[in-house]
Amino acid sequence: MPCIVENYDICVVGAGHAGCEAALAASRLGMETILFTISIESIALMPCNPNIGGTSKGHLVREIDALGGEMAKNIDKTFIQSKMLNKSKGPAVHSLRAQADKASYSMEMRKTLQAAKHLTIRQAEVSEILTDKEEGKDKIVGVKTISGGTYLCKSVILCTGTYLKARCLTGEMVAHTGPNGLQAANHLSDSLKKHGVEIYRFKTGTPARMDGNSIDFSKMKEQLGDERVVPFSFTTNPEDVQIDQVSCWLTYTNEKTHEIIKKSLNRSPLFAGIIEGTGPRYCPSIEDKVVKFADKDKHQVFIEPEGIHTNEMYVGGMSSSLPEDVQYEMYRTVPGLEHAKIVRNAYAIEYDCINPNQLYPTLEFKTIGGLFCAGQFNGSSGYEEAACQGLIAGINASMHVKGEEPLVLDRSEAYIGVLIDDLVTKENFEPYRMMTSRAEYRLILRQDNADLRLSKKGYEIGLLPKERYDWVVKKEAMIAEEMKRVSKVMIGANKKVQSFLESCGSIPLNTGTSLVELIRRPELHYDMLAPIDPDRPLLLEEVREQVNINIKYEGYIHRQLKQVEQFKKLEKKMLPKDLNYHEVYGLRTEAVQKLNLVKPVSIGQASRISGVSPADISVILVYLEQKKYKKDEN
Amino acid sequence: MKTDTIAAIATAMTDSGIGIVRISGDDALQTADKIIRLKEKKKRLLDCESHTVHYGFVMEEDEILDEVIVILMKAPKSYTREDTVEINCHGGTLVLRKVLSLVLKHGARPAEPGEFTKRAFLNGRIDLAQAESVIDVIHAKNDFALKASIHQLGGNVSEEIKKLREKILYEIAYIESAIDDPEHYELTEYGEELSLKSGKIIEEIDRLLRNAKNGSVLKEGIHTVIVGKPNSGKSSLLNSLVKRERAIVTDIAGTTRDAIEEQINLNGISLNVIDTAGIRTTDNVVEKIGIDKAKEYLEASDLVIYVVDASCPLDENDEQIIEMLKERNVIVLLNKSDLIPVVTKEEIKMRLNKKILSVSAKHRKGMEDLERAIEEMFFHGEIRMNDEVYITNARHESSLQNARKSLILVEKSIENQMPEDFYSIDLMNAYEELGKIIGESVEDDLVNEIFGKFCMGK
Repeated sequence: MPCIVENYDICVVGAGHAGCEAALAASRLGMETILFTISIESIALMPCNPNIGGTSKGHLVREIDALGGEMAKNIDKTFIQSKMLNKSKGPAVHSLRAQADKASYSMEMRKTLQAAKHLTIRQAEVSEILTDKEEGKDKIVGVKTISGGTYLCKSVILCTGTYLKARCLTGEMVAHTGPNGLQAANHLSDSLKKHGVEIYRFKTGTPARMDGNSIDFSKMKEQLGDERVVPFSFTTNPEDVQIDQVSCWLTYTNEKTHEIIKKSLNRSPLFAGIIEGTGPRYCPSIEDKVVKFADKDKHQVFIEPEGIHTNEMYVGGMSSSLPEDVQYEMYRTVPGLEHAKIVRNAYAIEYDCINPNQLYPTLEFKTIGGLFCAGQFNGSSGYEEAACQGLIAGINASMHVKGEEPLVLDRSEAYIGVLIDDLVTKENFEPYRMMTSRAEYRLILRQDNADLRLSKKGYEIGLLPKERYDWVVKKEAMIAEEMKRVSKVMIGANKKVQSFLESCGSIPLNTGTSLVELIRRPELHYDMLAPIDPDRPLLLEEVREQVNINIKYEGYIHRQLKQVEQFKKLEKKMLPKDLNYHEVYGLRTEAVQKLNLVKPVSIGQASRISGVSPADISVILVYLEQKKYKKDEN
Repeated sequence: MKTDTIAAIATAMTDSGIGIVRISGDDALQTADKIIRLKEKKKRLLDCESHTVHYGFVMEEDEILDEVIVILMKAPKSYTREDTVEINCHGGTLVLRKVLSLVLKHGARPAEPGEFTKRAFLNGRIDLAQAESVIDVIHAKNDFALKASIHQLGGNVSEEIKKLREKILYEIAYIESAIDDPEHYELTEYGEELSLKSGKIIEEIDRLLRNAKNGSVLKEGIHTVIVGKPNSGKSSLLNSLVKRERAIVTDIAGTTRDAIEEQINLNGISLNVIDTAGIRTTDNVVEKIGIDKAKEYLEASDLVIYVVDASCPLDENDEQIIEMLKERNVIVLLNKSDLIPVVTKEEIKMRLNKKILSVSAKHRKGMEDLERAIEEMFFHGEIRMNDEVYITNARHESSLQNARKSLILVEKSIENQMPEDFYSIDLMNAYEELGKIIGESVEDDLVNEIFGKFCMGK
């Protein structure tokens, strides 16, 4: 049977949040790119919650933006409510979260993809990867679709999300589909297995969608967006995001709800053992919560609009795989949902993904050259986690094709670095979600300074425009200059100052002090002190914010920077890619196995593998020295 | 590359003679300089030439701690090829320990097991042929440190530290849950609550630190293990050694089911004596655990005192014990010399070629001979105290101190009204430091605690 054959630089499989970033990055870097999706309508689909961002995920979106990715811009265009979370806490944990108009989000991303040069969008199911042998190792040469089409390329990026051998479960009903009833991809996993790829089976779930017209909002607590909205993208004009926002609603489950759930547990596929996949602990279904936290008499339920042009409401906090009839009964016990009509059922979804320990930190498979992957396929969860991996995979696949240095961010540079390092290094038995507590240097990795941290990398890679990078350099200089000025300003204990301090609820001065000391007082901050700092230059808010944070938390930041220095030392000690740890005399067997699986790139990464002890690290160091001697002797 | 500065007691520890505290690393000189006052007027250690010897005092603030000889070796001409200072003290475990803590207080950190050797190697001081033995050293010392952590933490230290860590972890998880899910968990007025809790944990650590100073975190001394089949008189021996009733002495075989430990000072040599359960083939579960433990203690021992009941013939239990002792430092005691002997010295000698003495533990006869025999073995270098114990102890103490410092920082953050996420930074440091003592790392503890104790997510 004659079939089509086409040539590209890069094939991206899947057009979810990872696939979109990957395809955009690759095409923007000049790669001839083709993006495959099972359905054009599902490009950048948000099959679960209707938000972008949230704690630590907001950080990821900012970092994507600083590197030249798309997610931040896209949500700025399509959000319908926005909130900065944790504002009462330290700047390191401030996190932006926006409610998206799902349909617009998807459509805007589609427009951006369609407008991109070097990018072809194709509706087709990829069923096979094609490889060749090069020096005994598999090398990617293309993909094949189910209709027989062959697409030759130099690199492939797999972003298959939850579609591989997907199975949706609602009570006793099992549907062999992807999310939202979309067609599953049933062939690709087998092709990967044939290439020796280790496959995991994970599970996740989503709550029901209700008809908003059937909900009694008067019984719920209204949740408004921020009065002054902060955009996600560093390039969005803040004035453009001051829109009329929609509300979300808070209500609670009660004992009645829990009773219904408990008596129906035998019909839950999770408890009946029908579900094989491992679900995430951070996003438990309501039946999980009721069982695991039996002492709680209520759980929060958030009612969130799915968009402006739909009456569907997302029931956050009540994802479930209970049967349809139980769902009706259970949701209707919740105040405000007594007469609610379900538009779409809640369901659990199971899918194939990989053990990400098989990847290098570049997101390339260790055993298959040129094969990159990102998103839920790598065992993560969440739109933002997917998008940032997609961006990195897109960049590194392009670098692979060009024969240039890949981009690897380390744990002290970005949340993205933490996420990828965790995935490729640690054992991961559930869908991985970002959390601020996973970042050991989170005081430095703030959402407010993502541009300062990463713009240079984005620019050097070729994704961030020069004007943008120039601005960040300028901003950096302005911050430094103002810090210098402030450090020299002395404040006398005069009458004006004293009465000013009193009016701010701050203790008057005994003697003159520096402006820096005053900024550090918990009840004061940089902006507040303008009246007693007459020589202050006019500066943009983003500059003033950095000055304030740098001064206020200087001691803590300094300590973390010192820790980072220590950390970097170990990261810089590189390990040979081809090191066979069986040959290292003195390693314990458990360490050998783990090291041979992960093949860490540095001593730093090796030390983070569970089951590798400090003594093992010493042994590796000694071994490497030994090898060096041998080389020197030759 | 810049290296941090490490310190340890570099000699075997005795209550007599001279002991050396060794400091190595970039700040070795600066650290030593801070605590040493040279005899030569106005001369400072920092200004001294490499490879010179100086006479002076170790000062703890204005008090003289010890009169010492200091040897200065600047990089690269030292064992580790780093700046090295060796302080020769007047021996005595107490003085050495004090000098070491002083050094640690002034910027050095306790050396990891085998770290001097490791550094010597990594800095190219040792040749290739020696490399493999370095690995063995690292492993042996590490194994010891691990064993020390598991078996030798005095009293309930291990349990207490675990409890403290649990408490700290819970608080971190609470803060982190509130950060992660701010619409669910509140932190209003949490600071005051945490301040109280952290104050209590500091008190606990202070108590542990006091104990550490008294030397009871780890049992120090020559690890001496008493073995013998049931009812051979091991407990009587221990009793006459410590001269008071400690172990329960009865005529019922198998009375001592658990190991009993005592610290004894024998003319300046400190012994850490462990009386083990009698070794015999048994079906009794409790006793079996005791016997397994005795075997473990044997493995970690410096000296074994094997008590033979001279009044009854050698049997399979004795054979079993003798088999385990062949490779060890052993003194054999033919006990119950007051009764009619059945077992002779020659009979033992054929099976186990070690020093053999005839004693009666019950009537305290022959005890002087035993003491002399131990002294001789010690001074002839046949038995050595494991200096790792001291280093491990110093490490534990420094970890406790660091954990304490971190908790003080937490209190400071609360006092300064810092946002709550700052608390968890220092709480985490305290948690990690305490973990070092019991040999537990952090790994995914926090994430597990968050998901286990707090209901997260929408």
